[in-house]
Amino acid sequence: MAEKNSSRLSRRSLLSMIGTVAGSTAMYNAMTEMGFADASHFTGPPQLGKAPPGSSVLILGAGIAGMVAALEMRDAGYKVTVLEYNNRAGGRNWSLYGGDTYTELGGETQHVQFDPGQYINPGPWRLPHHHKAMMHYTSRLGVTLEPFTQVNYNAYVHNAAANGGKPKRYREVQADFHGHVAELLAKSTKQNALDQAVTKQDQEILMTALKAWGALDKNYEYKMGRESGARRGYIKDSGGGLDSLPIYSEPDSMSNVLNSYMWRAIGWGQDWDYQTSIFQPKGGMGQVGKAFGIELGNLIKYNAKVVDIHQDEKGVTATYVDTQKGGAPQKVSADWCVCTIPASILSQIPMNVGGKMKTAINQLSYGAGLKIGLQFKRRFWEQDDGIYGGLSYTSQPNAMLGYPMWDYFSKGKGVILGAYVMGSGAFVAAAKPASERIKDALEYGEMLHPGNYKKEFECGVAVAWHRVPWTLGCSGQWTEAARDQHYNNMCALDGRIVLAGEHASRLSAWQEGSATSALDAIKRVHQRAMSA
Amino acid sequence: MKIRLAATAAILALASALVSLPTRADDSQDIGTGAMGRGGAWTQFKGGEAVFKGVCQGCHMTDAKGAVGAGMYPALAKDANLETAAYPISVIVNGQKAMPALKNFLSDQQVADVVNYIRSNFGNRYKDKVKPEDVKAQR
Repeated sequence: MAEKNSSRLSRRSLLSMIGTVAGSTAMYNAMTEMGFADASHFTGPPQLGKAPPGSSVLILGAGIAGMVAALEMRDAGYKVTVLEYNNRAGGRNWSLYGGDTYTELGGETQHVQFDPGQYINPGPWRLPHHHKAMMHYTSRLGVTLEPFTQVNYNAYVHNAAANGGKPKRYREVQADFHGHVAELLAKSTKQNALDQAVTKQDQEILMTALKAWGALDKNYEYKMGRESGARRGYIKDSGGGLDSLPIYSEPDSMSNVLNSYMWRAIGWGQDWDYQTSIFQPKGGMGQVGKAFGIELGNLIKYNAKVVDIHQDEKGVTATYVDTQKGGAPQKVSADWCVCTIPASILSQIPMNVGGKMKTAINQLSYGAGLKIGLQFKRRFWEQDDGIYGGLSYTSQPNAMLGYPMWDYFSKGKGVILGAYVMGSGAFVAAAKPASERIKDALEYGEMLHPGNYKKEFECGVAVAWHRVPWTLGCSGQWTEAARDQHYNNMCALDGRIVLAGEHASRLSAWQEGSATSALDAIKRVHQRAMSA
Repeated sequence: MKIRLAATAAILALASALVSLPTRADDSQDIGTGAMGRGGAWTQFKGGEAVFKGVCQGCHMTDAKGAVGAGMYPALAKDANLETAAYPISVIVNGQKAMPALKNFLSDQQVADVVNYIRSNFGNRYKDKVKPEDVKAQR
């Protein structure tokens, strides 16, 4: 930032400018259509007490919501029946391993060829420490958790249209952005531009804070040297013996930093949902669904496609078709129904509930999502780039790379999440065959790991969520206006039917939303059952 | 130290709340979103066929015959529901059930083009054409 420019900055324009650069939160909104989630309300498993003798519940869907409901209601003494479309438990809680096959809508079947121990989570992959319901159930079911690395300072930020198309390290982008903003604020403070906003006494403290926060030197400048080097890294690190002096790296100019737009990548990990500590189940997110499935055993009827849901004053009957054996539609009845079928599917199933719930179900759009897992012959990102877990970000349509956060330093293979896209770009990917999605992802990845990515690639699998036969999309896309109008109608008990799932929560797309939604739903069902 | 840093953060937070993002006419600022174009719009697809192949066939399939799983995507081939052009326009723009609202991704021209394309292909032979103005009216 040129001296004469900053000296003329009014407080308003200064704040405007900082606001502009700090506006990277807009990125998190866009990336995390998964949302501005409220905190989980979970305070412990429900104390339902005893179910009325002989009472029963029908649960539709063996995803997280359905299985939390099934577990707790079983424990309370309800006779539980779960119908599940897939041949496995978990729903969107799902990992793909070598030997698995996945057939998407349109009929393309992918045979996953990963080595033993390798996997990809097409759906959720993080468990924030404050998602207490998920923490409770993973603990209860004996699922081992290991750390998930959200922020890796040594991973890359890449913009095809900046820095000559070369990636920068996350730490360089963050250090330069913080450093220049700190220097700018320090200058403005010294020039009394902040007099109206900050008292003289507070300005002294602010100056000290800026120096520390932005890695400024003794003159409050952000430039090449000891302080900035300690943040952004060195061309040559300090060492021992005679040849011990470090070679500092040169910070990028403020204008380059701003115009590179790379600052958009440096803040995701500061949001509540993404703050350390975050966990992942050892062996894949799908271990959670698997453990639930084992716990519930034969309470779950698999390969059951629900085609009708009907309630009357006595109970609820679901009609389903066995997708493997075929045959005539079968019926199963119970006193109550907890329906966790995604709204995108449920909107197509005849169900006699009130108009308000119907409207709530029909209005909910499902977001697009894309995940691609790529297996490489060797862990070049660790061996050549020094990247151990975490995420790299790119301007290309694959949006980011997620490095495997297990088996570090293994001399064997590894699976990279080669694309994690929500929204616009994910729709476009869904319109291509899986083989093309993978081919595209390899081209994009090559820009971040030139010389290795295509060369070391072995096999991959691509899941575009609008082609997933049992969800027709990724997760419910609520707008604020839609929440005001329809959310309570989505969640309210309608006769003997209650809905649950991430779509009936304010933690959109999070498993915690599914779990807490189910817990809230079954409490209300139980109350009604007790008073019936 | 925590309190001191918080003061800086508060200024930044205040400022960020006051100012909206700048806009630029290229997609180079979409780092980490995969948005493929400013605001995520599918400006790369020109004409009805390109929009259909670039986006719609993801769910309705290359032959526009739709697909069936736990739920289904309806066929657009030989589709009597396309007779009144206002219907597909409304569904594309505002969404309905499993069909997401695409108003933020497609321009009026693109919606008109793709409606005209679908209504005159895949066994559909509707002669009347829709214009971008017809789309605008439904936004």
